[in-house]
Amino acid sequence: METQLVLEKWAGVISALTIGANKEDGGSRANIVRIGGQGSLPLLFKEGSIPNRPVIAFEIWDTPPQDWPDDLTSAYGKVLNDPFAWADKCVNELKAQLLCVRMQGAHPDFGNKDPGEAANFISALLTRVKVPLIIIGSGDDSKDNLILPACSEAAKNERCLIGCAVQDNYKTLVASVLADGHHIIAESPIDINIAKQLNILISDMGLSLERIVINPTIGALGYGLEYAYSIMERARLAALSGDKTLASPFICFVGQETWRTKEAKAGYEQGVIWEIITATSLIQSGADLLVMRHPAAVEKVAGYIDSLFNK
Amino acid sequence: MALSGLDIYKLLPKTNCRKCGLATCLAFAMQLAKKALAVEKCPFISAEAKTILEEQALPPIKPVILGGDNLKFELGNETVMFRHEEKFRNPAALGFIIEDNLADSKIRGQIEKINQLKFERVGQLLEVNLIAIKQNTGADRFLEVSELVLNNTVLPVMLISGDIDALKQAAAVAAVRRPLLYCATKDNFSQIAAIAKEFQLPLVAAAQDIDELAHLTKGLNALGIRDLILDTGEKNVADKIWDLTQLRRQALKKSNRALGYPSLAIVDKTDPYEEAMEAAAYIAKYAGIVLIKGLESWEVLSILTLRQNIYTDPQKPLQIEPKLYPVGKTTKESPVLITTNFSLSYYTVLSEVEASKIPSYILSVDTEGMSVLTAWAAEKFNAESITKSLDKCAIRDVVVHKNLIIPGYVAILSGDLEEQSGYKVIVGPKEAAGIPVFLKNLN
Ligand code: SF4
Repeated sequence: METQLVLEKWAGVISALTIGANKEDGGSRANIVRIGGQGSLPLLFKEGSIPNRPVIAFEIWDTPPQDWPDDLTSAYGKVLNDPFAWADKCVNELKAQLLCVRMQGAHPDFGNKDPGEAANFISALLTRVKVPLIIIGSGDDSKDNLILPACSEAAKNERCLIGCAVQDNYKTLVASVLADGHHIIAESPIDINIAKQLNILISDMGLSLERIVINPTIGALGYGLEYAYSIMERARLAALSGDKTLASPFICFVGQETWRTKEAKAGYEQGVIWEIITATSLIQSGADLLVMRHPAAVEKVAGYIDSLFNK
Repeated sequence: MALSGLDIYKLLPKTNCRKCGLATCLAFAMQLAKKALAVEKCPFISAEAKTILEEQALPPIKPVILGGDNLKFELGNETVMFRHEEKFRNPAALGFIIEDNLADSKIRGQIEKINQLKFERVGQLLEVNLIAIKQNTGADRFLEVSELVLNNTVLPVMLISGDIDALKQAAAVAAVRRPLLYCATKDNFSQIAAIAKEFQLPLVAAAQDIDELAHLTKGLNALGIRDLILDTGEKNVADKIWDLTQLRRQALKKSNRALGYPSLAIVDKTDPYEEAMEAAAYIAKYAGIVLIKGLESWEVLSILTLRQNIYTDPQKPLQIEPKLYPVGKTTKESPVLITTNFSLSYYTVLSEVEASKIPSYILSVDTEGMSVLTAWAAEKFNAESITKSLDKCAIRDVVVHKNLIIPGYVAILSGDLEEQSGYKVIVGPKEAAGIPVFLKNLN
């Protein structure tokens, strides 16, 4: 062969992390999910090891969602009024490997659930379903500082992924996650320097870099997707070149961003394909965890991931 | 990769004779590396060195023009592997395959649909680029369908056929539109090259393996064919991404001229979602042309939007002129909504105001193309900049009321803005989607 392939040799590797603890690990999950660990840019299988696939988490709420468009709610139907039935449907019917539960009901404007109620909810959910959990706050910082520690404690030793820590509000969450054996989501506003800085701040508190997942705050297709896309590419290049402070897997809130766009309300297919292309484009730039909403979109993206990895 | 001054120095006579006007050959080499002087300034340079230097001044991925004089576009001429380094230059062409064994009426319907696939998004027109006619039956039918397509669309065309005679006849008919021929392989390349040469047409070179592909393009070059597009054939998605990445690297990192051409990827999926996912992957990863079959507008819009995202200039976000925009039949009573001059912010607000059917003014403040929150954090979207914009558009001559609506995310600006502008601030919804309801409840 005269044409010499151009192969990149990387010094660094993305940190690998396990979500969910089974019996041997002191938890009660029936399955666990591994992400990260890549020694290559996304999907360049011939250049380095890509030991784990991108994983899709179904997003559920602890309270009926208010602002979801019809094409999305009709995919779930009545179960949206009962978080446990909703979780059951995702796990049993839709074969979810893990769930991402948003504690929206704790938000002062959406139910104002107190920490005790939030903790009870998480305990009950852990009994009801046996898949690993991602737990997300309500979006109200001061309230989340009360309920997330309670949720963390209720899920002690179940090795959840909890978020989101941000630059000016991370200490409370880091302390809880450390105490209860979970992992943390570090959110930065489409800014690679803040992502790096926040990872350093968190690891300075004693939570190792290997327990951090970065939320690069994506935009949906047509809504600034390219910003996060490039931030993720840059972070991956830096990480593979040896920068350990950026070598975290990425979590992308694909469903949340997609289902507030105009296109998501412009017809069933338009909405579903919008979520699909947002997801697969971010897989292309390095997404490890995709939090998604529409079952039809999840099915297609899961099929795509299979086709990439079962060559 | 560009040669360094030192690399160039090695190619020079090293006599320091000063004929070029510089004190030393090394100084001249440095100027050449910066492209500040022409090679010709040195009368003693060897012919061999000259060719090397001239070649390295050419773009690493050859720009190839598709289409005739009426409607054409450029492919290739890309310079980077990642879009954060520099803008990807020539957006991937999206084309549609039309099979010649379908009935005329069906084909007409397809062409009509393709012609209508145009979308406006954030002030840009998103268009499809190409129709590829594929031969599945006899030469006569291929010719007939080629004519049918040529007569019913202005889009550039591509001719897909394994039948040399059929390809030649169709090429002759389509010649003024400069069709792209598909494809030259190691077995037929001299015959295909003859057609490409006779009608001055661009040509796809195809081989499964990139080494074989490099041989093929060298063979075609030797026959005088230089407008080439590369295809590594049918592969699974991951292997195709690998090939496309490798072709780009060969051109950019190794200055491999034999592979320094735009590339082509054909998607062969019947499910529109699967087709779109695959097309999107190839657009993100370097394909110059992507061919699909699906014509659903929801599918095509998603692919074209991804292309728009990927090919946006990362240094210069899309922006609009900062000024006051009337929407609908505005009066002196119409509400005034404030946003930034980041295209996405403006157009998102615009489409919601239009949907509300309530005539309004949108004031787009100069935030250098930053979005609401980014601009607020960077202090480009604050009481001062908004007040300045209000003065500039002479708002008090346009509306009689004293109210401004600001985005919910910057509610914090209210106090300062009221003080500085003298207007009353009404905090609008956080998400643009809430605008119609908000405007309806305003009075
Ligand atoms: S003219 Fe040529 S040989 Fe003479 S100094 Fe310049 S570069 Fe060197």
